[in-house]
Amino acid sequence: MNRKRISTVPYVIWMALFVVIPLLLIVVYAFTTKDGGFSLENFSELGSYTAVFIRSIVLALTATVICLVIGYPVSYILARESASFQRISNMLIMLPMWINFLLRTYAWMSILENTGMINRFLGKIGVLALLGVDHIQLINTNGAVILGMVYNYLPFMILPIFSVIQRLDRSLIEAAQDLGATGFQVFTKVIFPLSLPGVLSGITMVFVPSISTFAISKLLGGGTSLLLGDLIEMQFLGGAKNPYLGSAISLIMMIMVMVCMLIMNRFGEGEEEAVML
Amino acid sequence: MSERLILLENINKYYGTQHILKDINLYVRDKEFVTLLGPSGCGKTTTLRLIGGFERPDTGNVYFNGKIINDVPPNKRSVNTVFQRYALFTHLNVFDNIAFGLRISGCPESEIPLKVREMLRLVNLKGYESRDVTSLSGGEQQRIAIARALVNHPKVLLLDEPLGALDLKLRKEMQRELKAIQQKVGITFVYVTHDQEEALTMSDTIVVMNKGRIQQIGTPVDVYNEPKNAFVADFIGESNIIDGTMPEDLLVKFSGRDFKCLDSGFEPNEPVDVVVRPEDITIVPYDKGQLRGEVTSVTFMGVHYDIRIKTDDYVWTVHSIRQAFPGENVGIYLHPDDIHIMHKSIPEPSDEEEEEDE
Repeated sequence: MNRKRISTVPYVIWMALFVVIPLLLIVVYAFTTKDGGFSLENFSELGSYTAVFIRSIVLALTATVICLVIGYPVSYILARESASFQRISNMLIMLPMWINFLLRTYAWMSILENTGMINRFLGKIGVLALLGVDHIQLINTNGAVILGMVYNYLPFMILPIFSVIQRLDRSLIEAAQDLGATGFQVFTKVIFPLSLPGVLSGITMVFVPSISTFAISKLLGGGTSLLLGDLIEMQFLGGAKNPYLGSAISLIMMIMVMVCMLIMNRFGEGEEEAVML
Repeated sequence: MSERLILLENINKYYGTQHILKDINLYVRDKEFVTLLGPSGCGKTTTLRLIGGFERPDTGNVYFNGKIINDVPPNKRSVNTVFQRYALFTHLNVFDNIAFGLRISGCPESEIPLKVREMLRLVNLKGYESRDVTSLSGGEQQRIAIARALVNHPKVLLLDEPLGALDLKLRKEMQRELKAIQQKVGITFVYVTHDQEEALTMSDTIVVMNKGRIQQIGTPVDVYNEPKNAFVADFIGESNIIDGTMPEDLLVKFSGRDFKCLDSGFEPNEPVDVVVRPEDITIVPYDKGQLRGEVTSVTFMGVHYDIRIKTDDYVWTVHSIRQAFPGENVGIYLHPDDIHIMHKSIPEPSDEEEEEDE
């Protein structure tokens, strides 16, 4: 074995121990029953959780779309600002990510609670009395879960799009104008298509964590709207204690994510490679 | 060739405190090949961008077909540009790149393939329709950029150093091809370059610029043979430039002696720049020379030898097909025909504070 080969050994061992073997274990568990026999039972049981699958996909998709709708214009405007402004705003976008994820989500709880900041404020200014209610239900709703996802994952949408737009050659925009394109046409025919790699990687980076999250739905959804992440957690740690079923769900979710990414890559084919941050 | 298609009138342009263009007056006739020539930072690209609509003049007017177009945006002008680094759309293939302008202008989809094919034939890239632009060589990308601009049948094609990124052989080939394309499509070309040879070979008219000012406008032959000042003489081709004075008409004094020349109309004893082209100097035996010196270096250049001859007060550059040897004592003979007298150029007052903008 030459030296180059030897130097890769630690990484190969690491990958095998912590990536390949756990993945294989999940596959094996997914096809095993409680008494240890091979079976497809776990998968047939999945049918009763269709609602959870659908809810997870819908909420994650909604959060992704909202992130895109907010994130794209932000990235676009940012990319045209001065370098010093860009540095400061990038810093501000990243800043919340330096604070613990749970802490950030707890903070939203105290804002959205029935006796939380928003409801107290609405009470003070008399809106609640006007409506004849003693609080507006904000927490423990799907809306709160989506809000949590958007808040936590928005930077993952902004940063890749920003970096693609920022690197766009200005002469391409001038070339489009030169060929007769109006400002709107320059955007739809040149800037947007060229920023697609950033958009695709942003979508992936928001959708994947959104579909598998469990903390956000637990804290902001109050367990009323069970998501895939919660379901898996329940099987391994919670009351249900059925790691075999949990593995089956994980496997299906992984396949779903992989299919999504394959579709994405097909979209991005021939484009510049997606920018990962 | 008589109609003034583009007219720039008293144009001044500033970037912040930098004075980029100074009193530019220039016209371009229909179907003419005009080259803006100058060193980097001379304002030639800015002048082109004014015509393209990417810059506004701070003072003065840009006319197109007799109408002021200062405020007309680039997408409303009937000029198209070939950009320095081609600026091809990497998300589109060759066909869609060329069809871009046609689709914007609402050309019926059924006519587009024919027009694209015609353009590809014009630039010698038949059958390239479905190629990915990023897979093309520099020269091919260049041709696509030209096709993309020409397919819209602009009145004027603006070219910003289009051959700058190509190697020498390809550049020469493209020079000939560009000239042929211009003659075939019969439209006006405004061409920006810092390469004097490129300007001489392709242009009908050369506009020599330096430090934001036009130095000379003329045909290639005029600009080469009758440069208006020492800058033009030095920038276009090589030149020996010596300080001298004009005691009287047809007589110039430099290097401590009088020479006959063909120039007149100077003030008595006016200080002048004396310009002699290296190829116009004849090397003669030492005792027969008007000037005498020693050969300091000889470089073989292919067609000729580049010879440096040191006299008492100047090192002359001489191009000769006759070889000389370093250390040899030789004489220099200058024919009155080959001595060009130029007014001293008035130094720019703001020269020192200016920086190159490119």
